[in-house]
Amino acid sequence: MTAASVDNPAPVRSHRRLLVKLLAVIALSFAFGFALVPLYDALCLVTGLNGKTVGVAAIGVGGLSKPVAAPPSRIDRSRIVSVEFTGTVMPGLPWDMKPLTSRLDLHPGELHQAMFRVSNRSDQTIVGQAIPSVTPGLAAQHFEKLDCFCFAQQTLAPGETKDLPLTFIVKPEIDEDIRTITLAYAFFNTVDAKSTAKKLVTR
Amino acid sequence: MNTATDVADHHEHEHGAPSGIMRWLTSTNHKDIGTLYLWFSLFMFFFAGALAMLIRAELFQPGLQLFQPGVFNQLTTMHGLIMIFGAIMPSLVGFANWQIPLMIGASDMAFPRLNNWSFWLLPAAGVLLIATFFVPGGALAGGWTMYPPLFMQGGIAYDMSILAVHILGISSIMGAINIITTILNMRAPGMTMMKMPLFVWTWLITAFLLVAVMPVLACAITMLLTDRNFGTHFFDAAAGGDAVMFQHIFWFFGHPEVYIMILPAFGIVSTIIPAFARKPLFGYVSMVYAVASIAFLSFIVWAHHMFTTGMPVGGQLFFMYTTMLIAIPTGVKVFNWVATLWRGSITFETPMLFAIAFVFLFAIGGFSGMVLALVPVDIQLQDTYYVVAHFHYVLFSGSAMAIMGGVYYWLPKWTGHMYDERLGKVHFWLTAVAFNITFFPMHFLGLAGMPRRIPDYALQFAEFNMISSLGGFLLGASQLLFLYIVIKCARGGLPAGNRPWDGADTLEWTQTSPPPYHSFVTPPLVK
Ligand code: HEM
Ligand SMILES: [Cu+2]
Repeated sequence: MTAASVDNPAPVRSHRRLLVKLLAVIALSFAFGFALVPLYDALCLVTGLNGKTVGVAAIGVGGLSKPVAAPPSRIDRSRIVSVEFTGTVMPGLPWDMKPLTSRLDLHPGELHQAMFRVSNRSDQTIVGQAIPSVTPGLAAQHFEKLDCFCFAQQTLAPGETKDLPLTFIVKPEIDEDIRTITLAYAFFNTVDAKSTAKKLVTR
Repeated sequence: MNTATDVADHHEHEHGAPSGIMRWLTSTNHKDIGTLYLWFSLFMFFFAGALAMLIRAELFQPGLQLFQPGVFNQLTTMHGLIMIFGAIMPSLVGFANWQIPLMIGASDMAFPRLNNWSFWLLPAAGVLLIATFFVPGGALAGGWTMYPPLFMQGGIAYDMSILAVHILGISSIMGAINIITTILNMRAPGMTMMKMPLFVWTWLITAFLLVAVMPVLACAITMLLTDRNFGTHFFDAAAGGDAVMFQHIFWFFGHPEVYIMILPAFGIVSTIIPAFARKPLFGYVSMVYAVASIAFLSFIVWAHHMFTTGMPVGGQLFFMYTTMLIAIPTGVKVFNWVATLWRGSITFETPMLFAIAFVFLFAIGGFSGMVLALVPVDIQLQDTYYVVAHFHYVLFSGSAMAIMGGVYYWLPKWTGHMYDERLGKVHFWLTAVAFNITFFPMHFLGLAGMPRRIPDYALQFAEFNMISSLGGFLLGASQLLFLYIVIKCARGGLPAGNRPWDGADTLEWTQTSPPPYHSFVTPPLVK
């Protein structure tokens, strides 16, 4: 590459026009970043990606009502799925939680119950809310909770211990590849997240 | 550096540089600002490097010797955060400021005052980040990736760091605007896009990446901020939010970010290798397309950081294949560098040593990246020292060593003096050897299952950790030699002449060394 100085100045291109375009791109990507939130929610709703279980994942899109869960048509005795249970208590909630049933081997379509023991270590009455999550995420849409302590807030008196039941069915439609499902509960203090826990309950 | 005082004395141009502190505070000159960027990043490099020394000191032996786990976590987190945002990124912007106008025959950057702002935001952010060590609760400790829910539980330092990262992001975006405008609008007559030096190309593409993803990072940390302080629940599961969503948003920024740190380094290496092989760069056009396709692909691979979050198999496969696809353009680049060397009349001055080491060691990092891209393997290796080994091969022996090579290559131009070649070579060999002693054993540690970000470890990992720590101390000490060489060269040395490297053919070498304070006042004609 060779160079020689010449007197004709470089053609003047408008910096301002380019600047405006670049600012538009920046504004767009900023908007896109926030748009990822509803996009992600919509995607999870459709695919069950994030492991939220039926009660939450299948709320209707755009105001449609929750689809009525069809009763399981059959029990698939040809295979066995293991369901593992875990429970954690989030910071700010002085409770203990442990699954009394840590693992169940079952045929898809069977009705089962699992128990969880929670106790209040503090000297106050506290209201907590459990939030479930299913791994792998795709199993969530086939994990039907018929009755669950997470459908409502739980109140524990000082020092009280309670055994909480979960009744569920793993639907036979579940993918053949899924042999183990983990159901994890996280208990939250409702004072920290009042409005929302309420929202969840109404779901 | 006394670049400008010389020129001011000669009165070759209407005005030279003002003197004293005001020169630096108010400067709108691309060379001054480039110099400021480079010194700032060198300082942050040493600060974050000192944190790394403390990390290696704690890991020298199993057991807790020096730090409590909470403090240890602060060290790893701040080491990563400062190296990325305070050292690597600003130093590359420093190169852009110095070199882009000189390489395309422009008189300065397009928006000189904006340029001044982009730099002077950095020290503010740097002070904020360093100050977090001294506030109640200590600095960030949940990893540089700032994952909730852990991030929600920290003290005031967490809010300070969000502010600092916001400032750094704004600075990068302003820098990117300046770079794009300069390159697109201010090239000398005759300098068509496909005649631009590859360094300029890589920075153009990097600047577009910055414009596209820094705002996304800004979104992610704004959501963290509002979740922490203003009662929103983006990432709060109790309130119907989702912590994994943060990972998606973060890595949508995060993976392009790693290419932001490597593409300009590719540019530096693609400049050095032809100069010392005395051959034009092999496959220039394919290099440009390779960089562009790497940049494009970097948007669709982010979830390879999240294989263990419970993604469906379809998602894992998609991200595995896209990630592996990146190896193709990367392979094209490595092939072209090697082909440039083929039958060249090669000499091994310090910049060339760094460039060749880059090609070799970066390729190792690329290979370990391919290993991590395999889902079943990654499920084993995620969050182990194997990942630490991978990203140090691409970031230290990749970006950082390319930057050092670039410093040696252009120091004669910037200062007008030759650096001490003998010391430069000593620095290179110490760095290359110590780097491998430090980071190669981490592959074995990771394969054997040692998790990352822990202050204590099981006994079977003791030997490799000790080797790694010893290498780390040597690596850290060697960088003091680098500092010495740079300062020595800035203060004096053999005159460099206009073109100390006889194979170098880009426009900056047509200028004096150091170049006049205002270079290319009348644009050159490129044939
Ligand atoms: C062929 C190219 C590459 C491939 C296939 C690749 C692949 C990967 C994968 C799969 C991971 C996730 C590992 C895990 O967390 O389990 C990873 C992590 C990482 N990579 Fe790469 N990578 C490549 C190049 C690069 C480059 C060029 C850089 C930077 C200059 C880079 C920087 C990083 C960093 C910083 C992490 C760790 C992030 C963290 O968790 O803190 N990689 N890479
Ligand atoms: Cu990545």
